[in-house]
Amino acid sequence: MSETEFEGIVESPWSGGASPFAINSKKLGMWLFIISDSLTFSALLVSYAYVRLETPDWPRPFEIWPAIAKSSLMTLVLLSSSLTMVLGVNAAFQGDRKKTVRYLIATIICGIAFVLIHATEWVTLFGEGVTPWSNPWKPFVPLFGGTFFGLTGLHMLHVTIGVVYLAVIAWGFGKGKYTAEHVEVSGLYWHFVDLVWMFIFPMVYLLSVNPK
Amino acid sequence: MSAHGHGELTHEHSVGTTKLFTTVWVWLLLLTALEVFLAYERLEVHLMITILVGLSLIKAALIMSYFMHLRFERLGLFLLLVPAMVFCICMMLIMFFPDSIRLMDLRPH
Repeated sequence: MSETEFEGIVESPWSGGASPFAINSKKLGMWLFIISDSLTFSALLVSYAYVRLETPDWPRPFEIWPAIAKSSLMTLVLLSSSLTMVLGVNAAFQGDRKKTVRYLIATIICGIAFVLIHATEWVTLFGEGVTPWSNPWKPFVPLFGGTFFGLTGLHMLHVTIGVVYLAVIAWGFGKGKYTAEHVEVSGLYWHFVDLVWMFIFPMVYLLSVNPK
Repeated sequence: MSAHGHGELTHEHSVGTTKLFTTVWVWLLLLTALEVFLAYERLEVHLMITILVGLSLIKAALIMSYFMHLRFERLGLFLLLVPAMVFCICMMLIMFFPDSIRLMDLRPH
């Protein structure tokens, strides 16, 4: 179908005709995926909040060092990666391929740093005997491990997939294979991963700080 | 991807500047710092989770509006995406939270 065919219906109620809401279909697809994925995370967070509020003896294991310091640093890293991502998208639309790839690489480095810091924190917890099925604290709350590793693990999986996704986009955009829209759509995914962490960080970590 | 669609989007993309995005980033960091500070205030857990999630919703709105560009899109896209999501999340809250508070009250004191 030719472009001109659609020009007559640009003023339709959904402001598009060929492109609903005047955005490309990749972007609409990514937005719809993000909404459904956000409901997956919402369901997990709501069920976590349910058991968290219902259990007065919920463990409060997170000391300032390492857990809270590390998770705050992870928040900083992820927020900064969102900033470099959005600047990368801007550079992509200005047609500056080199700058875009540099910003994307900065974003990827932040993503890898996030996963590595998170991994060291997991290893510390494993060392204390905290697993998805058990923990050493009295009174014993078995759901602590399940909810903690379930939520942070699913989020970490999203970050890992995001790093691979961004690497593919950075490589392809540098070669001229992909357009600025590809960068923008990968940016939407990356900001969503950041957004989810904005809920996991306070609900999982800050609600269980050691008050000492 | 057609050249026509490309040009149109490039035009719409000139709205966000580096200064705007940096300002949003600073606000997000400040709200995070406030959350970490509040975590060490001895508040009752229901009040604490309400405040923390409230602040996180502000952060989510900032990320969606500016970083994810939703503020600069057509209103129709926002109406397609956000009300349905908010409705679903409200349904989850209606199911779960009154029950969790009831269970706390039923606990022997």
